[in-house]
Amino acid sequence: MQTLYDKLWQSHVVHEKSGKPDGMALIYIDRHLVHEVTSPQAFEGLKLAGRKPWRLKSILAVADHNVPTTERAHGITDPISRLQVETLDQNCQELGITEFRMNDRRQGIVHVIGPEQGATLPGMTVVCGDSHTSTHGAFAALAIGIGTSEVEHVLATQCLWAKKAKALQVLVEGELGHGISAKDIALAIIGEIGTAGGTGYAIEFAGSAIRSLSMEGRMTLCNMAIEAGARAGMIAVDDTTIEYLQSRPFAPKGGLWEKAVAHWRTLKSDEHATFDKVVRLDAASIKPQVTWGTSPEMVTTVDGKVPDPSRISDAVKRHDMEHALQYMGLAPNTPISDIHPDKIFIGSCTNSRIEDLRVAAEVVKGRSIAPSIKLAMVVPGSGLVKYQAEQEGLDKIFRDAGFEWREPGCSMCLAMNEDRLAPGERCASTSNRNFEGRQGPGGRTHLVSPAMAAAAAIAGHFVDIRKIY
Amino acid sequence: MKKFLYCDGLVAPLDRANVDTDAIIPKQFLKSIKRSGFGQNLFDEWRYLDHGEPGVDSSRRKPNPDFILNQPRYLGAEILLARANFGCGSSREHAPWALQDYGFKVIIAPSFADIFFNNCFKIGLLAIGLDSSVVDKLFDEVNAAEGYRLTVDLEAQSVRTPHGESFFFDIDPFRKYSLLNGLDEIGLTMQHAEQIAAFEARHAASQPWLFQ
Ligand code: SF4
Repeated sequence: MQTLYDKLWQSHVVHEKSGKPDGMALIYIDRHLVHEVTSPQAFEGLKLAGRKPWRLKSILAVADHNVPTTERAHGITDPISRLQVETLDQNCQELGITEFRMNDRRQGIVHVIGPEQGATLPGMTVVCGDSHTSTHGAFAALAIGIGTSEVEHVLATQCLWAKKAKALQVLVEGELGHGISAKDIALAIIGEIGTAGGTGYAIEFAGSAIRSLSMEGRMTLCNMAIEAGARAGMIAVDDTTIEYLQSRPFAPKGGLWEKAVAHWRTLKSDEHATFDKVVRLDAASIKPQVTWGTSPEMVTTVDGKVPDPSRISDAVKRHDMEHALQYMGLAPNTPISDIHPDKIFIGSCTNSRIEDLRVAAEVVKGRSIAPSIKLAMVVPGSGLVKYQAEQEGLDKIFRDAGFEWREPGCSMCLAMNEDRLAPGERCASTSNRNFEGRQGPGGRTHLVSPAMAAAAAIAGHFVDIRKIY
Repeated sequence: MKKFLYCDGLVAPLDRANVDTDAIIPKQFLKSIKRSGFGQNLFDEWRYLDHGEPGVDSSRRKPNPDFILNQPRYLGAEILLARANFGCGSSREHAPWALQDYGFKVIIAPSFADIFFNNCFKIGLLAIGLDSSVVDKLFDEVNAAEGYRLTVDLEAQSVRTPHGESFFFDIDPFRKYSLLNGLDEIGLTMQHAEQIAAFEARHAASQPWLFQ
């Protein structure tokens, strides 16, 4: 009896260090995604040691973190960002690595374009020098984020040293309420188990509520596995997975497709497989989630209140909570619906896919953003998502409501480009991290779903999406 | 990778849980294409009162006197004592680079985020997980005594206090071996090149679509 994780692990072990399955193992990597921020030192190390990439065709590169989301015809203004992007271009060109350059329509956030291109396939091991690589686990792939030394290691050897994690099953059964999305499930899980609750585990999301999610929703969920501390999140293959992948550019075609599908169908946990830990959630009880603090576990429901540190007995926790509330400029017991964002950000590898944009557009359609909102922006996850949205007229809906419609990239998820919060500014954001300074020094982030971000833009404060729909 | 054998070092306590990699090294410094020079921007937003950007000379900036590393008694600290889930967040190896460049050789905490933990070992920075009750005790001791030092012995897998108390820590034997010898991991892996090639051939035969 094997879990999905067991199957993915076992089928990639090249060598076991101690000969025992619990020690370090050398794992073969099928797909290596590369972006500009975590790769320059790896390419440099490779070159200095006189090494070459082991398998060029396994690599797909794209610049996403530093790229501007405004007019790109004249390149990148910030010279340091420009150098980083040009370094990637140069490394890829020299070595013959496939790269989607900044002005390629296929360019976008690395975790959006991998699946979009079919470069992420079920049964693969996928790595990227980025913690949100867990996203790709939505396709029953073993996808893990790595550091720069490991990027270099995978480039040189096509392998990674890793220790097998424990298996955690998160079972979400039942039907989601109207207006509730994968983002709410993710935040509810993190609220439940904490940001370190998944540390040392690989999470498999399962249950009827997960099966009913689209691939976009599944990616949102697996994306946030890292926010629960788990290096990998994954979901079994079903018809939804296979339909999504059909005729994607990098996906197999013809007879090979049939063969692949037959194999992919086996990528699920055996019926009586045992997990080291199981967490259960009732889908029907999940409400719209809003974070109030500086860690994704500092989350509550839209009808809730900012918590009161004086009620916390654990000294370290109380101290953290006080610190977070001070940073966020929030008083204890403030109702969430009394919080007024200054800016709205719809984007990031968590929530910038076509379905996310459709849901948000549905909310803003025919309405206008509140006068108190200084900036509301939509940043599609890729050029192709942007194109698709424009075909559907979503850009017009957003623009008419007062949103800015931007070029694809990471943008204000981490504010490495021009898009950022000013100190003290408050943002309703569909991204994944509300750490101090994440969206700009002194900026205050509230993580929400796309529908909730859109609704906050219209109302000028957080509102219960279930009452709008 | 830097070799690690032994460290007898001054301890600095960072009394916050869930310290994330954005706090350890803010994103604007990630634009660098180099591996060095991150130490001056370690904990930048906590450490300075003004906003830091790459290329700005840190010696001209305003340090935050309240931040722990700016207190004279912790100058020259080589061991960072931290709380649970240290290093959570992004996979940026710039975080361990910054800690090492600043002068830290050892980080002690009740728990670490997985990717950060892993990254530390790749560059010869020793991350030690100790029981949270032990960490609590060490916090009390370091707060109480100026000049408090700990002795970390990797071979013996021990952390010794000035009072002679000793705590054992766990480490994967392969990691320990690599650290003690400062080995080039890629070179080590390349000794398995034939095995990798053989695996690849089998893998390509059974799932040819992965090799298109
Ligand atoms: S969108 Fe945000 S979380 Fe995703 S890869 Fe970019 S910076 Fe990282």
